[in-house]
Amino acid sequence: MSSRFHQLLPMLLLLSVGVSAVEVQRPRGVPLSKRQFYEEGKPFTCLDGSHSIPFDRVNDDYCDCQDGSDEPGTAACPNGSFHCTNAGFRPAFIPSSRINDGICDCCDTTDEYNSGAACQNTCREMGHKERESLQKMAEIAKEGFVLKQQLIQEAKRGIEDKKAKLVDVQVVKKDLEEKVEALRTVKETAEQPEKEAKERHLKAWEDQKALIRMEKDKARMAVVFLELDDDADGLVSVSELLSHSELDPDSDASFTEAEAQGLLGGVDKVDTEAFEAVWNNLKEKYVSEVTTYTAAPVETPPEEVREPASDNESEQYPEDDVQEDEEEEDEEDEDDDQDDADYKVNPLIPSFAFRYIYRLCPFNRVSQKPKYGGSETNLGTWGKWAGPEENVYSMMKYEHGTGCWQGPNRSTTVKLTCGKETVVTSTSEPSRCEYLMEFTSPAICGEPPSRDSEPRDHEEL
Amino acid sequence: MVDSLRRLSGAAFQLKRAKSVRPMASALVLWLAVYLSGTWAVDKGNFKTCDQSSFCKRQRALKPGESPYRALLETMELTNTRLTLQLINDNNKVHLLLELYRLQGNITRVKINELKPLKPRYEVPDVLIREPPTEPLSLLSQDENGVVLSLGVESQRVIISARPFRLDIVEGHEVLMSLNSRGLLAFEHLRMRKDTQADPEPEKKEEADPDNQAETAKEEEEKVEEGMWEETFKSHSDGKPNGPSSVSLDFSLPGVEHVYGIPEHADTLRLKTTDNGDPYRLYNLDVFQYELYNPMALYGAVPVMLAHHAQRTTGVFWLNAAETWVDISSNTAGKTVFGKMLDYVQGSSETPQTDVRWISESGIIDVFIMLGPTPKDVFSQYASLTGTQSFPPLTSLGYHQCRWNYNDQEDVQSVDAGFDEHDIPYDFIWLDIEHTDGKRYFTWDPHKFATPKEMLQGIMDKKRKMVAIVDPHIKVDSNYKIHNEIRSRGFYIKNKDGGDYEGWCWPGSAGYPDFTRADMRAWWASMFAYDQYEGSMENLYTWNDMNEPSVFNGPEVTMHKDAMHGDWEHRDVHNLYGFYVQMATAEGLIQRSGGVERPFVLTRAFFAGSQRYGAVWTGDNAAEWDHLKISIPMCLSLGLVGISFCGADVGGFFKSPSTELLVRWYQTGAYQPFFRAHAHLDTPRREPWLFGPENTALIRDAVRQRYTLMPYWYLQFYQAHHTGQPVMRPLWVEYPQDPATFALDDEFLIGRDLLVHPVTEEGVRGVTAYLPGKDEVWFDVHTFQKHNGAQNLYIPVTISSIPVFQRGGSIIPRKLRVRRSSSCMEHDPYSLYVALNPQRTAEGELYIDDGHTFNYEKKEFVHRRLSFANNLLSSVDLAPDAQFTTHSWIERIIILGASKPSKVTLKTADGQESHIDFEFDASMSVLTLRKPGMNSGADWTVMLQ
Repeated sequence: MSSRFHQLLPMLLLLSVGVSAVEVQRPRGVPLSKRQFYEEGKPFTCLDGSHSIPFDRVNDDYCDCQDGSDEPGTAACPNGSFHCTNAGFRPAFIPSSRINDGICDCCDTTDEYNSGAACQNTCREMGHKERESLQKMAEIAKEGFVLKQQLIQEAKRGIEDKKAKLVDVQVVKKDLEEKVEALRTVKETAEQPEKEAKERHLKAWEDQKALIRMEKDKARMAVVFLELDDDADGLVSVSELLSHSELDPDSDASFTEAEAQGLLGGVDKVDTEAFEAVWNNLKEKYVSEVTTYTAAPVETPPEEVREPASDNESEQYPEDDVQEDEEEEDEEDEDDDQDDADYKVNPLIPSFAFRYIYRLCPFNRVSQKPKYGGSETNLGTWGKWAGPEENVYSMMKYEHGTGCWQGPNRSTTVKLTCGKETVVTSTSEPSRCEYLMEFTSPAICGEPPSRDSEPRDHEEL
Repeated sequence: MVDSLRRLSGAAFQLKRAKSVRPMASALVLWLAVYLSGTWAVDKGNFKTCDQSSFCKRQRALKPGESPYRALLETMELTNTRLTLQLINDNNKVHLLLELYRLQGNITRVKINELKPLKPRYEVPDVLIREPPTEPLSLLSQDENGVVLSLGVESQRVIISARPFRLDIVEGHEVLMSLNSRGLLAFEHLRMRKDTQADPEPEKKEEADPDNQAETAKEEEEKVEEGMWEETFKSHSDGKPNGPSSVSLDFSLPGVEHVYGIPEHADTLRLKTTDNGDPYRLYNLDVFQYELYNPMALYGAVPVMLAHHAQRTTGVFWLNAAETWVDISSNTAGKTVFGKMLDYVQGSSETPQTDVRWISESGIIDVFIMLGPTPKDVFSQYASLTGTQSFPPLTSLGYHQCRWNYNDQEDVQSVDAGFDEHDIPYDFIWLDIEHTDGKRYFTWDPHKFATPKEMLQGIMDKKRKMVAIVDPHIKVDSNYKIHNEIRSRGFYIKNKDGGDYEGWCWPGSAGYPDFTRADMRAWWASMFAYDQYEGSMENLYTWNDMNEPSVFNGPEVTMHKDAMHGDWEHRDVHNLYGFYVQMATAEGLIQRSGGVERPFVLTRAFFAGSQRYGAVWTGDNAAEWDHLKISIPMCLSLGLVGISFCGADVGGFFKSPSTELLVRWYQTGAYQPFFRAHAHLDTPRREPWLFGPENTALIRDAVRQRYTLMPYWYLQFYQAHHTGQPVMRPLWVEYPQDPATFALDDEFLIGRDLLVHPVTEEGVRGVTAYLPGKDEVWFDVHTFQKHNGAQNLYIPVTISSIPVFQRGGSIIPRKLRVRRSSSCMEHDPYSLYVALNPQRTAEGELYIDDGHTFNYEKKEFVHRRLSFANNLLSSVDLAPDAQFTTHSWIERIIILGASKPSKVTLKTADGQESHIDFEFDASMSVLTLRKPGMNSGADWTVMLQ
């Protein structure tokens, strides 16, 4: 029957060994900030103002207020909340329904005062752990940011190298082209009848490719914007632009503010929309801050030299999809000791996480390949940034991958976090054909705040 | 190997033509996708029609007329407990033996078997809870035309007419039921095969027994029809070494226009006539994407039919486990309402009548005629034969979260955390087949579920539980302990050639343990011991799926009928298989706890008596509004035949529900006995919080409503366990004289006091609920608004509405402190909802025990009667010899339809009196007594003055 008696906290509450804190007298479960509403001896007015009750009905284990405010320390109200001080860690509100339910929710054990649950005060430990992990994260962010700067430098050097190589390669190319030309003459005479059909086909393909290219250009624009926007205020400013000397319109080694302003269309700052308008001014010369990923190639080979086949093959040839899938399903068979054909009856994708190699080519596509041979499955091509509104660049969405049998097209969400290494840390398939990747990279690290952010330590002393 | 390949190619061929079977079975053959896309309903071509089932075709070709059977009265023997006499078929001179018993509780049992069958015919064991106790029969009169026996009750008699044979049960001048009145008794006697040249397999020659040879020689030459000695369906052939063996009998029900039961069918509550189509079929089958509103067989079979008219309810229990078809016809079925009225005005002498005919492929005729006269009597009568609903652990009445599949331990943990984060209670999280190591049941995937005990402990720390699937098909794999043991003990079902039967199921090639063997079941049960089932803990329970049994490459996706269970063919026992699987599993869960803990086992296949072993769900439904709607009649039909613990997959298994459908399904499921959300592997995630905050709130609210009513649900199951009354009831069960209730199946009662009319249609702004009871009132449980009975009430609805009404005259206990699981609510106080009837009285009960052990059998519980009359509300002990200490107390009492008292006094057992504060809401006439505070197990009285 103890549940019938109301409880006011004693004047002093010894919280745990070694730590004693003076608890300001107030009814159980009330946060300091609301203490003034609970004045002993005076009628209590429900916090929604609906009505007043004698003070002895506060925490008397019967719900009198619609808003649950008369029972901050009992489970009587269905919509109440209980405040745990959690000295040494962070204070928290828990739903009233978790008071005395036999499960320890508050690290200071105050939610289980009458359930017989053997809770231990873990606040100091948790506070310690949290501080440690925050510190670690801050370190990662710091190091990651340094790495990011290095990456930018390396990338710049890389581009110089490539430019030099390009000259060499072009010479070779010219040579080869001449040879090709000679051979082509021979070939064309042989292939004349086929040519017309192929040309039609190619044109359609080129149109589509143009579209894709446009999409890619937009995607790149988004990335560039993000990279340029150093202070992440959603605007690219003249000063931010100045850090990219390669953009200097007259390439005279002095990239002036006026020049930068010119590039931005005559204004100091542009938002994403305005950026789109001036994108053409920048895109040719812009050198990305992030160019190399160790995990996978970012740059696709120049499209001009590619045959209209491999990359977007599945879009062009749906019937090949089925083919591909069939093979894939074969690969998914679980048992190697049985006749292959038998396993056509078993439809399930087995422990995929251990059987596949996943590949992420940022801003391009995600794919999956069985470890032990077999063809690759497209898990989505670059779609859009898909993070929450306040941090839209924390998540990437790759869409329109290979279709699933009787299901949707495969798609992948990539969660980005700052880390010292550029690596995919996990891949899972929470829902059929909807994949989730976690990806860390220094490229995502922002400039760490100047002072270390310590966990806020409300000890309510 | 060659054989298995051949069978496989047969299966593939079948897949191609049939387009369905099981989703997954066909999934791999990807070129099939082309055929499959766009087809959504069941492929009927995969399942037999009556015409394709040779015995059904033969039997149905017999038309009503004069029966060839004659009763040989001179062979009659009457002992104290039974009457026997012989019947002869004048066409073939085969003798049958009729046995007639009068059983305790107003039940008549009629058995008909061959007098001297060539070999024994199968009689269903283990379904009856005991040999039913008999009562004396007495002979009233006898002449050369027949005999009249007294059934002891009132003026009930059995009249056996000799020529032709017919059996009538009458009360006074009223005929309650007639057997063979249409002459459709047909008993295919076992015989020797004569057309040997038609037999392509000489090795199947039978041993000739000289005695029987002589017997058969006496018979007239009988026509050998196609399908008698073998039958093919699609690519499957059924060798029938025993030849034709079917049985059939007709029952006429004068005065009856409404018949119910014989689940499982996806059809209306009230059974339809079958004259213009196939009969209702009872043959446990794994039907892929089943179609609604038709008589096709589904996963389970309970051969029990109830017949009802305003004055009487009766029932027929046809105890036969072979493939069975039930034909229903009615002399009024074709008549329009106007035609019926004309009959009435003209004083047409024709009384309505329903005729039913049962046909089974093998076994004997063994019929229990339950004579009511009330629905409750029929439920008790049936319960006295096959037992009552098992009393489930309290927690299993909470909400169950399932999906094919939760991918790994992290997934389980994050779903569990999601419920806490969104403050939605749940009790069980489920793991489907992917949790195993390669579909080897009793094992765990070593990567995804590497530390199952750790996971289970995490669940237990939240006072929650888990269910893992254990199917009866066993992967043929010499590295698999379970398989090796079953094989070495010879426990597998055998094929017709004597080898272990193998079929295709989830693991690939699989064997099927012979659950009809008691020694096999005992061994199976022992596999659930904690030291055998590695990774299991006491909060892990079991789900038996695919136990029809499902055989992907078998005929009709099930086992070949000529497979052997010892001496019996699968044909004889088919519908029992799932029953036995659940029986053995439940026994295993009981044994692992040393007989202390109540088991929880969900099954898909079932038979009469399955109620004793756990819960049943309606199988692989779909995310469609009609599937939501059909969940009501499907569970009502199961409840009528004893299986109360029924539910449908919330949200729909196949396909993806719209948000509105999902919300409505939660709202409906929250008021159905077994409340589990489930989803197909190929569907997007649909945990309750994935549809935006508004919908999360709607689902949370529905689930919470369920939890506030847990004390009431638990009480209903306690009562069902004791009395056999269904928990979820059609309205006619409580209002048997009100014809307006007879066909209602879009609303239902929980117990007798809550009426639920869930919203099961898309986009509606209102529903019309029939509130029964001429002199009754009903209170809206959300607004407390009072409505009169015997009216169709239009209820405007929004997306948050779940129309539920409490009957005036009832008292319902609730627990309003909804916590994260029902275990967390164990000691919480009760709120009593007292709804007054126009006489200002009300009654209810409160039942409390530990919620999970069998200690209630040792009288460890609280069972109180709560009654309100003369402004006194009191709690009296219904079980003074029972002992249980509860910490829970009475938090508030809400009296609906009350008037304002001047004071309220509580008097406790020790004579002490105290004032109770109260509030009165005059607009709704609701009186709320504040915190009376007495212990729930104590005697007390509250006086309103």
